[in-house]
Amino acid sequence: MVGTGKYPDNETMVGAIEASGAEIVTVAVRRVDLDRSKETSVLHHLDPKHFFLLANTAGCYTAEDAIRYARLGREAGFNDFVKLEVIGDQETLLPDVQGLLEATKVLVKEGFKVLAYTNEDLVTALRLEDAGCAAVMPLASPIGSGLGLLNPFSVRTIKRRLQVPVVVDAGVGTASDACVTMEQGVDGILMNTAIAAAHDPVAMARAMRLAVEAGRAAFLAGRMPRREVAFPSSPTEGMLD
Amino acid sequence: MKDTIDVVINGEPRAIAPGVTLLELLGELALDPRSVVVEHNRQIVRRPALGDVRVAPGDAIELVHFVGGG
Repeated sequence: MVGTGKYPDNETMVGAIEASGAEIVTVAVRRVDLDRSKETSVLHHLDPKHFFLLANTAGCYTAEDAIRYARLGREAGFNDFVKLEVIGDQETLLPDVQGLLEATKVLVKEGFKVLAYTNEDLVTALRLEDAGCAAVMPLASPIGSGLGLLNPFSVRTIKRRLQVPVVVDAGVGTASDACVTMEQGVDGILMNTAIAAAHDPVAMARAMRLAVEAGRAAFLAGRMPRREVAFPSSPTEGMLD
Repeated sequence: MKDTIDVVINGEPRAIAPGVTLLELLGELALDPRSVVVEHNRQIVRRPALGDVRVAPGDAIELVHFVGGG
């Protein structure tokens, strides 16, 4: 899954999305520019028949606002899915889990398929699943930070304990971050800035696709156990005197 | 009597012709009704109903669409 924000231009955005191999593309709901100084609608560049568009509630700080944006997004969009964000802190953009749960309950009742952006807290993830989320999206690290997967243990635990898909959202900075994240066994990653803010977004998108595939394949392959001492790969017998 | 009414569109005060429907308002703003979502006094008005709802003085209208986001 990839976002569509912060690209230098729309051509690069479309090229990057295609190179990423992403199946789901996120978009935000904003006011139309009435004086038309610029054409800002992404739908002019993304064919909804070709991409599964997922509206987000980015920028919302209360459950009420997030619900309002979700409803607008459903009306503007083509499906009942919403990437639900309720932000609790301006500096870190960490989620307000209370608002998130509140909004989830309302939206699930209205028939939305809620994909909830949350922190990497197991109990919150379990509550979100209980509230009817279609998927839970714990962060790797704060939105746009590029710090990579800070808490692999928690993400792994969430994946192990939840029945619904777990998609890591936010914080991936480069291909190795994506690979390590997928090695935790999660079902996917949503990324935006790591691709859009790369020097060459299309090339980074391709690197991310390879990293996600490699990480998934490594997870399925089952890694060797870690050990604290060395163990020779070559035979210890047959050495010369 | 004034020949316009005062409304708020996307947070900005505007004077528009009295008695217009939301659909006519979109036309005046040169917006394609298929590419915007209309919220009229906090209620979403679906596309087929845009021609039935008339704008009254003091109404708050939001016109939104999809932009790039993560």
